[in-house]
Amino acid sequence: MSFWEYLGNRHQQLLTDAYQHASAVFQCMVVATVIGVLIGVVTYRSEWAGNLATLTTSTILTIPSLAMIGLLIPIVGLGVPPTVIALTLYGLLPIVRNAIVGLRGVDPSLVDAATGIGMSRPMRLVRVELPLAWPPILTGIRVSTQMLMGIAAIAAYASGPGLGNEIFRGIASLGSKNALNQVLAGTLGIIVLALLFDAAYVLIGRLTIPRGIRV
Amino acid sequence: MSETSTSTASGASIELENLTKRYPGNPQPSVDNVNMEIKAGEIVIFVGPSGCGKSTTLKMINRLIEPSGGRIRIDGEDVTDIDPVKLRRKVGYAIQSAGLFPHMTVAQNIALVPKMVGWGKSRIKDRVEELLDLVGLDPGEFHGRYPRQLSGGQQQRVGVARALAADPPVLLMDEPFGAVDPITRDHLQDELIRLQHELHKTIVFVTHDFDEAIKLGDRIAVLRERSHIAQFDTPEAILTNPADDFVSGFVGAGAALKRLNLTRVRDVEITDYPVVTVDDPLQDIFNRLRDSGTNEILLLDKRGRPYKWLRRGDLMRAKGSLARAGTLVHDTVTRDATLRDALEAVLTDNAGRVAVTGRRGEYTGVVDMETLMNSVHELLEADRLEAMEHQHELEEARAAQTHAEQEGDTDGGGKKA
Repeated sequence: MSFWEYLGNRHQQLLTDAYQHASAVFQCMVVATVIGVLIGVVTYRSEWAGNLATLTTSTILTIPSLAMIGLLIPIVGLGVPPTVIALTLYGLLPIVRNAIVGLRGVDPSLVDAATGIGMSRPMRLVRVELPLAWPPILTGIRVSTQMLMGIAAIAAYASGPGLGNEIFRGIASLGSKNALNQVLAGTLGIIVLALLFDAAYVLIGRLTIPRGIRV
Repeated sequence: MSETSTSTASGASIELENLTKRYPGNPQPSVDNVNMEIKAGEIVIFVGPSGCGKSTTLKMINRLIEPSGGRIRIDGEDVTDIDPVKLRRKVGYAIQSAGLFPHMTVAQNIALVPKMVGWGKSRIKDRVEELLDLVGLDPGEFHGRYPRQLSGGQQQRVGVARALAADPPVLLMDEPFGAVDPITRDHLQDELIRLQHELHKTIVFVTHDFDEAIKLGDRIAVLRERSHIAQFDTPEAILTNPADDFVSGFVGAGAALKRLNLTRVRDVEITDYPVVTVDDPLQDIFNRLRDSGTNEILLLDKRGRPYKWLRRGDLMRAKGSLARAGTLVHDTVTRDATLRDALEAVLTDNAGRVAVTGRRGEYTGVVDMETLMNSVHELLEADRLEAMEHQHELEEARAAQTHAEQEGDTDGGGKKA
């Protein structure tokens, strides 16, 4: 069976997997973004707290993904939970780091001006600091998403959802006539998804970054 | 039309009483016991070398820097302990390089404070247009622009508009024109003077440029280290009678020349000069010249504007026509020109005098070297007397303060560096 015939035969299954893959990554990204930005907001003002947050999240990233999921299975069981937890944790680093860098990078004279004209701290954060830090944060989200696309494939190891199942099935039946097709379909699917997400981020950037600070 | 609807709150007085700022780990206070009364509606300039604490003192007025001691009263109300966010919404604040938020349009930037204090949408919209108009920017054109699409000078104008947005009685300006080129700075200073004529806010303005201080200030506080007031007086008084070497060093060379910038031609005596117009018959002109006893007569054109200087000799050689006689008037000054401009014109004129013109360029009189010298001498003398009087007051206040300090020190164990 050629690759194209394989795609034709299995498109139903592949689309479901792709949808689940995308949906898992998307949802984890939303959670990671919220948590990551919150961590950034809480820690950026203090030198050591900010460094601690960056250090912790980068330590998490050094754990091999297979090991991380393996370690989570005894605690939260198989399926969706270990996938979501692992993906969210992995997604944090670029967001936290860029949030801290972005918030610290806001021109101090603008912070001074914001306070000087009578903005309270929360207002200053929402109206001035976060909008100005948004472009780097968005870049962080974009990097995170790319990374999670690949890592999400490992989730199949814990019976998680997504295109990883296709790849694992192929690897498990190496030598059979469809093995290569399966691995190829899974991998290419992930690449296509990653490109689609990236395009979406470009669009989001156009829509959410105010014209005054767009480069 | 919008200008007539301006309902402005004019200035409020500011009193600083024993205002002090200490930073932890620094035995010397950065701002030490500043006492100052700023009258409603005046522009007071804090001027001093870098690091003298002038900016810190300013930022304590809206409590961007919390004072470690002392009181601040605005319009009699003690604001040292009220909610700083509320205080700042009543005090306009403009800083160097404008501090506009780059992600907001010009209109959004200006609308910030009115929005915070809860104005209605249409009122804010009108106010934004009115302010843009006031600072000399076309509302239609600049309304929707982003700060980076503006020149430095335009940004600074928007910065001032934003500071004025909710019509605060007090305006704090922290080296607002420090980052623009000299020509633009000059324009902005003129604009500020014009604005202040309309608005009568109380403005506290920090700069390290003494010439800027002279130009803008009703009164100038020359500050030395730890924000000690070396002299607090009118620009005239500081120029003619600097309190000590520190102040005179800061005033710099050419104090008398700088003083000339502060007086306008209309403030000095303008002498009348024999004039004739081009329509007068030649014989009349001869007679006028003979009667006047001067060597020269000023010929005016049909609209009464200075046209030519005619000497006796010129008339002799004129032979019936004035077309080629005399020297053309190439330089005049208006009544609003500074004495410095007038001196410049007098010096470049080979006969040592310059014609003064009115609003439409019509002749109103002549200023010559002698008038200038006499007026300047009178001015300097008057300034000197006034300055000495103020200096005496300041010294008395300082003596009282030192006395109080010593009393306090003996109570507290008396440690003095």
